Amino acid sequence: MQIARVIGTVVSTVKNEALEGRKFLIVETLDADLKPKGKPTIALDAVGAGVGELVFWCRGKEASFPFKRDSTPTDCTIIGIIDSDSHVLNKG
Amino acid sequence: MIIARILGTVVSTQKDERLEGKKLLIVKPINLDGSDQSGYLVSVDTVGAGFHEKVIVVGGSSARLAEGNKDCPVDSAIIGVIDSFDFVK
Repeated sequence: MQIARVIGTVVSTVKNEALEGRKFLIVETLDADLKPKGKPTIALDAVGAGVGELVFWCRGKEASFPFKRDSTPTDCTIIGIIDSDSHVLNKG
Repeated sequence: MIIARILGTVVSTQKDERLEGKKLLIVKPINLDGSDQSGYLVSVDTVGAGFHEKVIVVGGSSARLAEGNKDCPVDSAIIGVIDSFDFVK
């Protein structure tokens, strides 16, 4: 898992039916000092995250575990919202 | 998942039989401003994406979780057509 900032949303009505009612969010992965790294990607929201929030995601096949495991095609899911930026203690 | 646009199609008659009847599209990952990223993917279309549309592409073993891909040699699948997206940077 890694930390990311939610920077946007994606609307998709024609989609895999296991994704009905699920929210696609655009996330920007951060390094341990909360600096952006890499390119923004899309994550499925499992915890009600909103734009601007600090979150962490889970990638790979396990990303489908918060949902119907064998039929939810997601490779990146937001599984937690970090209380605030200051709730990331990085002793460096 | 990534945002991509449809670059083209691939027609293959001689292929793993589990790929029978699957539409193979070439997709190009794009940035949020619409500019192209490097690289491309051959991706199984599971939602009937059209040429001009932007799509959501899932990768890795999760691609097999898309409709009909259960035991297929597939590591990339189109799982959604994008109506719109917005972001703050």
